[in-house]
Amino acid sequence: MPLAIDTEVTNRVNDFAMKLANVNGTGSASANSLLMQAIFRMGIPVSGKNLFPSNIQGLPTWYEIRVNHLGHTARALDYDLMVAMNAQTYEEDIADVRFGGYVLYDSSWPLESSLERDDVTFLGVPFARMCIEHFAQPRERILMKNIVYAGTIVALLGIDVDLVASLVDETFARNEKLRASNQTALRLGYDFALENFSCPLPFHVTAMDATSESILIDGNTATALGCLYAGVTVAAWYPITPATAVMDHFSALCARYRREPVENPAEHEANFRNNYLILQAEDEIAAIGMVLGASWSGARAFTSTSGPGISLMNELLGLAYYTEIPAVIVDVQRTGPSTGMPTRTQQGDILLCAYASHGDTKHILLLPANPAECFEFAVQSFDIAERFQTPVFLLSDLDIGMNDWVVPKLTWDDAYQPDRGRVLNDEDLRTATEFFRYTNEDDEFVTPRTLPGSDEKGAYFVRGSGHNKFGVYTERPAEYQEVVDRLKKKHGASAAHVPAPIIERHEGAVIGVVTLGSCDLAVREAIEQLAELGVVADFMRVRGFPFVGAVREFVESHEHCFVVEQNRDAQLRSLIAIETGVGIESMHAVLAYGGFPLSAKQVVEAVLSELEK
Amino acid sequence: MPSITKPRIPLAVQQVNEIGLTIHDYEGAMSTLCAGCGHDSITAAIVHTFWELSTPPHQIAKLSGIGCSSKTPTYFVRGAHGFNSAHGRMATIATGANAANRELTYIGISGDGDSLSIGLGHLAHAIRRNVNMVYLIENNGVYGLTKGQVSPSADIGTRPKRGEPNAVAPIDPMLLGLTMGATFLARGFSGDKEQLIPLLKAGVAHNGLALIDVISPCVTFNDHEGSTKSYRYIREHEVKEIQTDYVPVRDEIKVSIGASASREVVMHDGSVVRFRSVPKNYDPSDRGKVEEYIRDRQSRGEVATGLLYMNESPPDLHDLHHTPTLGLNKLPFSKLCPGSLELDELQKDFR
Repeated sequence: MPLAIDTEVTNRVNDFAMKLANVNGTGSASANSLLMQAIFRMGIPVSGKNLFPSNIQGLPTWYEIRVNHLGHTARALDYDLMVAMNAQTYEEDIADVRFGGYVLYDSSWPLESSLERDDVTFLGVPFARMCIEHFAQPRERILMKNIVYAGTIVALLGIDVDLVASLVDETFARNEKLRASNQTALRLGYDFALENFSCPLPFHVTAMDATSESILIDGNTATALGCLYAGVTVAAWYPITPATAVMDHFSALCARYRREPVENPAEHEANFRNNYLILQAEDEIAAIGMVLGASWSGARAFTSTSGPGISLMNELLGLAYYTEIPAVIVDVQRTGPSTGMPTRTQQGDILLCAYASHGDTKHILLLPANPAECFEFAVQSFDIAERFQTPVFLLSDLDIGMNDWVVPKLTWDDAYQPDRGRVLNDEDLRTATEFFRYTNEDDEFVTPRTLPGSDEKGAYFVRGSGHNKFGVYTERPAEYQEVVDRLKKKHGASAAHVPAPIIERHEGAVIGVVTLGSCDLAVREAIEQLAELGVVADFMRVRGFPFVGAVREFVESHEHCFVVEQNRDAQLRSLIAIETGVGIESMHAVLAYGGFPLSAKQVVEAVLSELEK
Repeated sequence: MPSITKPRIPLAVQQVNEIGLTIHDYEGAMSTLCAGCGHDSITAAIVHTFWELSTPPHQIAKLSGIGCSSKTPTYFVRGAHGFNSAHGRMATIATGANAANRELTYIGISGDGDSLSIGLGHLAHAIRRNVNMVYLIENNGVYGLTKGQVSPSADIGTRPKRGEPNAVAPIDPMLLGLTMGATFLARGFSGDKEQLIPLLKAGVAHNGLALIDVISPCVTFNDHEGSTKSYRYIREHEVKEIQTDYVPVRDEIKVSIGASASREVVMHDGSVVRFRSVPKNYDPSDRGKVEEYIRDRQSRGEVATGLLYMNESPPDLHDLHHTPTLGLNKLPFSKLCPGSLELDELQKDFR
């Protein structure tokens, strides 16, 4: 068996994985993403996963790059090359390299003999010494070490060095000094490798043409773009990892696209106008409250947060549900419970969001799998929230939100018009004989609303207290039930509007695999590997809640289903069981919840071990 | 439709305001509070205020949290849009609504539990943001709906109907406001409508958050001997040294400024707040002096009322964010969406 792997290593072009072990806060992130970007520009499918600590400086951090010509870019777990730049973690990092793999390390200091392995090749480069020789400032020596090792990797993997050099030029176009030192560092590492090692290594890259119509983008940026394009004018938030960048990007985009010049401004007046207002709230409770106030007033508004924020928002989410006010909540999920692991990924908020708040509540969830869907679904969230006058959750996660993904170029249909739902304007009110907030439902159980400032006839009192269909306070059982029963039917009707599940059936399938969100690529790869092993599987990725009938049908049509998700308690499986009535016994849980993105290997092993039972 | 509506008894002669509405047009549903509740007097003052200001009812947005006070927005201006939110969260909803549509007149009604306990953080930050609204605290020192627990505004030593006297320090919304950078601070007494109406009018005209603390005795749970928020106690301990008039825009020219007037402040809409009398050396634009005065009165067991502090200069929420004069909710989609060509262009950065 080991020999077979060895042969594989020897002949792999555009198919390998590497892991870079660094110290947090030393500037390695930019060197690592530079490598990934260069491979992307060479037209090769690639992914970069930043496995970073909740820390500003000093703790271990890793970055994984997977290159795969077939587009299998989920986390690999088998590392052909380890870039061991952190002495704190040498032991585990060196142990992580696959049989026949390579370890690149800083040979300024000798490697302890206990760390040596016979089955891997050690490539020593005196990075620290080279940096001391070539750079004067202490901080510069630390920072440039990253670019030196990047240069070495460029040579080892056959990455186009001119391309990398031009990327460095682009990055530091406005800082000549930094540009020059980065170029020097790049060449130092590159030349050292060419002189001392046999380059490229047996696994390496060769230019192809699989990414020319793609972009490299993280989910938080894509979500922010979606909110911009959806026409959001008010946003409120409280800083939280890993969602912070959603609002950072949204702010930057608004400053770029929503700022109008003012000619001849009055004294003490700015010479521009912002067609948006972003509120950094005092906490997440305030953030959702502000969103509700703005949505009540007819603006498209959203908040972005992570699990702890959703916990805080629960009370007002129930208010929004019961009073039927639209809201879009972006939840970039991280590892819970409690503070949990803020810089690690998980899909642990599925049930929290589906049923957020006390009493009988049910919400709408959109479940993107990658940044392209973050963009698309972000826009849809507002249409659905306004059509159904209720909170909509865009459930992203840290892996989607904070890592760069290669996805097809985003497109926009200029014919798009936002669906503002049923809102009565003054004209409508003038011709109406009367207006009661929760009457006159349509065939999707939605009743028209009015906005503050509209004609007196449309004035009503939003209340979270028990109300009847007229919007009037009630404590009568029948009147109360009439309203909450309609809310349940309204929620059900929204199933036809959420993104449909992706279902792929294969001839001779013996099992079904169900998944969601960022598990997508790993599960698809696992299904291919399983097929090679003789286990043919159908595939379903749910993309929205409430579920359409096809979800139940898929599960019911397989004697054995495997529900793959990233949490401990099989939350998606529970949601399917609760909401479709399908028995839980036909759905086997495949769970990865340690905080790192899913790998196909975990899925294949879990499925096989269950089938062997 | 089952609800408790106020019977509208037509009177022979009904005075109308500038927009042709009678005072009854500014009323709401029948109050369900206890007979004699201070809150009902405040409701009546609000009705008068908006009627006298001739504010179109539908241009008013009235918001509240949870508690006895928060029930009152249903009792005034039935033609206004209202939002009875969650306990302590009114300020957040009002902030968002104001952010989306700055064109309306916002009035938030809260209580001492709602604002000084569960919602203290939101109040503090709404003050900091200077959200353009009247923020009214109907302050009775007690939780009424849950039957008489002491609230954070209860004075040390004040005796609840049941249980031990309060032993922890009270929160005074006026002193809080001074610390948080409030731009308009006033205190009134529900038993004094004559004083309260000009305060409310000035609060509506103020460009920013007007925090109005109204001592409003709870007849059921906090109007007994030993309470420092009873009608009797306030009548005996109120100090009304600061007296102001509100002069609407239309009257400005006609009204001559009396010699005793120590100060006049011109509001953004051109109306004027005139300080008819103030204590010696008092300066309602000097935070330090105002704080000193409030503390001095407090140390004597007295309650200073009136328009205690104001400053018309600071920017409100929208000024700070450089938003257009029109409500953001009125912006057409074509102005908000950059379109497909721009999407192509900006994605060049993602290569």
